[in-house]
Parts: sequence; C-alpha cells; structure tokens
Amino acid sequence: MQLVLEKRAERSGTIALVSPLIAIGLTIVTMVILFALLGKNPLLALHAYFIAPLTDGYSLQEIAVKATPLVMIAIGLSLCYLANAWNIGAEGQFLIGAVAGSWIAVKTQGTDAGVWVLPAMFVLAAAAGALYALIPAICKVKFGASEILTSLMLVYVADLFLDYLVRGPWRDPHGFNFPTTAEFDPVATVPLLIEGGRLHLGSIIALLVVAAAAILLARTIKGFEIRVVGAAPRAARFGGFNANQLIILTFAVSGALAGLAGIIEVAGPVGHLQPGISPGYGFTAIIVAFLGRLNPLGILIAGLFLALTFIGGEQAQIAMKIPLDVTKVFQGILLFYVLACDSLILYRFKLVFSNRQVPRGAG
Amino acid sequence: MRKSFLALATGLLLAGTLSAASAADKLKVGFIYLGPIGDLGWTYQHDLGRQALVKELGDKIETTYLENVPEGPDAERSIEQLVRAGNKLIFTTSFGYMDPTLKVAKKYPNVHFEHATGYKRNPNMSTYSAKWYQGRYIQGLIAAKMSKSGVLGYIGSFPIPEVVSGINATMLAAQSINPNIKVKIIWANTWFDPGKEADAAKALIDQGADVIMQHTDSPAAMQIASERGKLAFGQDSEMIKFGPKTQLTSILDTWGPYYIERVKAELAGTWKSEDSWGGLDSHMFAMAPYTNMPDEVKKMAEDAQAAITAGKLHPFKCPIVGQDGKPVECKGGDHLDDGQILGMNFYVKGIDDKLPGK
Repeated sequence: MQLVLEKRAERSGTIALVSPLIAIGLTIVTMVILFALLGKNPLLALHAYFIAPLTDGYSLQEIAVKATPLVMIAIGLSLCYLANAWNIGAEGQFLIGAVAGSWIAVKTQGTDAGVWVLPAMFVLAAAAGALYALIPAICKVKFGASEILTSLMLVYVADLFLDYLVRGPWRDPHGFNFPTTAEFDPVATVPLLIEGGRLHLGSIIALLVVAAAAILLARTIKGFEIRVVGAAPRAARFGGFNANQLIILTFAVSGALAGLAGIIEVAGPVGHLQPGISPGYGFTAIIVAFLGRLNPLGILIAGLFLALTFIGGEQAQIAMKIPLDVTKVFQGILLFYVLACDSLILYRFKLVFSNRQVPRGAG
Repeated sequence: MRKSFLALATGLLLAGTLSAASAADKLKVGFIYLGPIGDLGWTYQHDLGRQALVKELGDKIETTYLENVPEGPDAERSIEQLVRAGNKLIFTTSFGYMDPTLKVAKKYPNVHFEHATGYKRNPNMSTYSAKWYQGRYIQGLIAAKMSKSGVLGYIGSFPIPEVVSGINATMLAAQSINPNIKVKIIWANTWFDPGKEADAAKALIDQGADVIMQHTDSPAAMQIASERGKLAFGQDSEMIKFGPKTQLTSILDTWGPYYIERVKAELAGTWKSEDSWGGLDSHMFAMAPYTNMPDEVKKMAEDAQAAITAGKLHPFKCPIVGQDGKPVECKGGDHLDDGQILGMNFYVKGIDDKLPGK
C-alpha cells in the first residue's frame, strides 16, 4: 500500500486564486498558536504585525521602501519561472548591479559631473545584472548545466567581489577603515518623493515595471510565448517557439531588473556601497514571486505583504518584545503553506494498494 | 461560544490599551543592538546594562530594544521606529550605527541619542566608549608570559582604530616582556559570527599560536582554544564557563552605571551632548579575575592594572616606533594623545601583518 500524489484532472481557477489566501490564513492560525506558546497575547501581536503598520503614513512609506526591491526582483523572477527557467541567483545579480552602478558614483565623486550620473548608473546596473544572469543561462543552453546550481553559486562570487571592492580599491579614505565607499554625491543619489521622508523614486520605477510586465504577459506575443513554453513545452515546440532563446531572454530580463533594484537600493536608502546591502532580497523575492502566483499584480500585493511582515515584525519587537526570529519563522511558515496549498490544489492524495495502479511516470 | 470569544477579545484589547496608558507617564528609553541579546558578548553586556537600568529606575522609565539590527540600510528605520514609539533617549550600540543615528538625530532635535564607539556628535547626540586598549595592554603582558611558542593569535573584526589600537597595545606590552614575540592576525570581517570566529581560532592555533585573543563578540574562539588545550582571553563578557581551564582574563564591558547616570540626567532635565571615554579609573569596563596563571603572573597583571588605573602607566608611552621603523610623533607629551589613539591607523614595529587597506 502506498500514498501517491495524483494530478487532478481539472484545475479550478477560483481555487488557484484562493490558495494563497488559504495559505495566509493557515499561517496566521499557526502564528496565533506560536504567540500563545511564547506567552504573548495573540490578538495584540497580530495587531502589531498587520494593523499597526497600516495606520500611519510613516510606516506606509517604510513598507513601500522595503517592498520596492522585492517587487522588482520578483517580477523578473516570475518571467523566468513562467518559462520554466529557474533563476535562483537574483541576489547575486542584485549585488552585481549595485557594484556596477556604484562604479560610476565612485568615479565621479567630488567632480562636478552633471545630472547624467544617476541615469547612467541605472543603465549600467541593469546591463551588468543582465550579463551576470546570462552566465547561468548560456551554461544551461550550451552545456545543459543546471541553472539552479550555477545561478545560486554565482551569488557567493558576487558577494565576495563586492566585499573585495569596499575593503580595497573603493574604500572611503576618511572612513576609518570601515568597509564602505564614501557617501555618494547628490547627483548619484535617488531623489526622495517626500521631503524629509524615505519614499524614493525607486518605488515609482517598481510600479512601472509591474505595469510593463502585466502588459507584456497579457497583451504581447512574447508574453504568450513565455507562458506556453512554461505550461506546455511540447505544444510550444510544435508552435515553433524556441525554448532556449526564451531561457536566455527571461534570464537577461530578470538579471537586469535585479541589477536595477540593486543600484536603486544602494543609491537610495543606503547612500553608499557596503557589504550587507541586501538582507536576502534576492531570496525573499522568490517567496514573493510564488506568493503572487507569478502574476504581476499578485506580486505587487505579495511584495507589499511581505514588507508589511518586516515592518510589523519590528513593531511587534518594540511593542510586545517579540523576538526578531519570530518574523523569520513567520516568513518560512508562509512559504511552506503556499507551496503545500498549491500542491493540494493541483494534486490529490491517493492510497494505492498495488503497484499496477501507480500512474505512469510516478515510479 | 462566539459571544464569549468576542468578549474575551475585547477584554484583551482593553487590557492592552490600559497598560499602554499607564506606561505613558514613564520616560521611554530605547536600545538598538547589533547581535542577538544571547550572543554572550557585546550585545549581551549592553543588555545587562539595560537590565541594571531597569532595576535601578524601573519605576520611572520603560525600556525597549531592537536586536539583530544590521549596520546597513535597516538601521536608520529601526532607530526611527524607536523614536516614533515615543522613546526620548536612544542608545545605539555599535560603530556602524553612526551615520544612521546622526541622520535620525538631525530629524528629531527633541529626542536625545547616545552612540557607542563613534566620533560624530550633534547637540542631541552624545558618544560613549571605553579605553579598552588599557585592558589589552594587561592582556599583552599576560600573553607574553604564558605563551610557550612565542606566537599569539589575534582575531580582528574590522580594522577600525579601536581594534588597531587594541592590537598595538597588546603587542607593545608583549614586547616589553619578550622582544621577539610574534602575533598572527586574522580579520573575521564581522562582529558576530560564531562559525567564522571558530574557524579563525582553529587557523591561528594551526599556525602555532598558543594564546588566542579576539575582538569579535561570541565565545566561539574560547571554546576552540579550550578544546585544543590552549589559552585564551574572553571578550566583552565573562566567558570563563566556556573555558574554565582556558580563560586568563576578559575585558568586561560594564555599561550599567553609565546608562543609569545618563538616564538620571535625562530625568532631571540636565542631559547634554557629551563625549565619554572612560578608562580603568572609570566604571566603563573592568577586568575579569586573573585565572589559569601562576601567582607571579597574576601579581604582575594586578600591578599593571593598578598602575594604569592610577595614571602612572600609559600603554602608549613614547617612544613608539611604527611598523615602517620610523618613530611616531608624540602629541601627548610622554604618550600618544587621545586623538592619535582614537584615529589609530598604523601598526607598531614587530607586527608581521599588513594593515588592510594600507
């Protein structure tokens, strides 16, 4: 007797939409139990997590700032994942973009370079991110190397490269040997949207990216191609779509978006290049992409939701002395339920009593 | 059933509001921590300071802390969150919070800030630190006496002046006992990463070091030294339970008295922006008991401690020769002045290592 997962014959569109909501619901139930076990009042804790940050303008700004890189990266990743190309290395592409863009900022420091600096940084960062993402894509297409592994390994390369630069050639000469570049000049800094606030131009760019991706997927042939290649590779081949070309394209686009997110983060909220510029945005964005069902609008909502958990986690720490680790547990549990709910919607458990009934391909 | 649940919920919410109301009259004091409070080193000691504060003034104040705040873009938001939660005095307890603290301080002139180990101040932002190099000097004396191989192992965090001055003080002291003493330095490039710290300790021991010292925050190096039967110094905190036969002494950060003093000033309305840099003669730090060493070494350490406390012995007594063989300018009369120590960016002669970035 064995337990197998059997693919359901039909997929219900409603359930596909409801699934992330069920996952969030289950996560909240689990968190309530966890809060109770920690001896904290679950209602107050949930209030601190999910309601309090939404009640004042300051926290809303912070949520937008935090969601900006997540959404931009996740949009790129969703294109890859839709086309069945598994880019896990967005974190590395984010860092390389940050490094490439910072190069211009560092080189023009103290000169009277004009307003071209910031746009040039954006372009270079996007190009560098794209090129960096092309390495695993080309290895996959030419040699059949697993893009999951190669893209992931390149994260560490990027991380160490950034580390080397800020500890060596780009180190701020007046920074008391701390591993950071000098503060960027105003022309190399992302402008703020609200005086005295933290909301910056990057959030607008993220919204434009979401809109562009929505149009691409819903209204263009390329978007159709991406979806068909991912959903029905055989049909796509008969249709004359080139899967390899799409791997290259989606990797390049997602690398460019991650690189752009990287330079926006560095030239925006951080203000200089240093190690630790990303608390794992490239990886958290994977959660965002799936939580948003690989749909641009969904990703926007998911990105804001995850940002909410970060900001709420901080408020819970202040208001209720709930440890930061609980926020991390929370995010982990959320991904677990999202994947679990998805599996149960696409598949069903079946008890099989003899080997004959095992569906073809399952053994 | 549902009704009783609602009643319960309302009750809980009301209870929350009530307790918040009674807390409103108290002065709110906030802390930003670099590591987890369970790091058993740097952050742990700051939290002990906070606990001492609560014990002393708990009826007049309410404290809040945020732990594990990285020295990056999130720091500014975390500090601002504390401001917005109503904290009127905020301690940011790591060097890397300097610029974020200053940014938030300029934005909220009515809130007072205290930044540990930095050098930027503002009318509403003080700095505080300790002259740990004095403790390092004593450790250098002990290390040179106790080392059989004549090689010391030093785990550095970041090559900032505070850490560099610690290495120099150690070596100057050690050379006064054994002119041929060697030191191996590994830069862990982190304040807190037990895995990396342990790896560094292993590598140093493999290179022949038999006394391990560290400027990182966890007891990992102490544990490795203990496993390998070597000697080590604790850091920030009492680490003897991780190496009962290993720890020689440890520099203990004792922030409690300072925190109490500053909060009292805030309560009295006399808080001013200051730069506090206390040595062994203050209450900023102390030395753990001298253990696992012969009595004569212990006596030497105690004598040195007394001499430094009394101001009779200065670890950076001139003449001091730099790594390049040239004498270092002596701006403080017969010793280096505070500015030279606070901005120290050179190795003394006899250190066989290149200062990163030089």
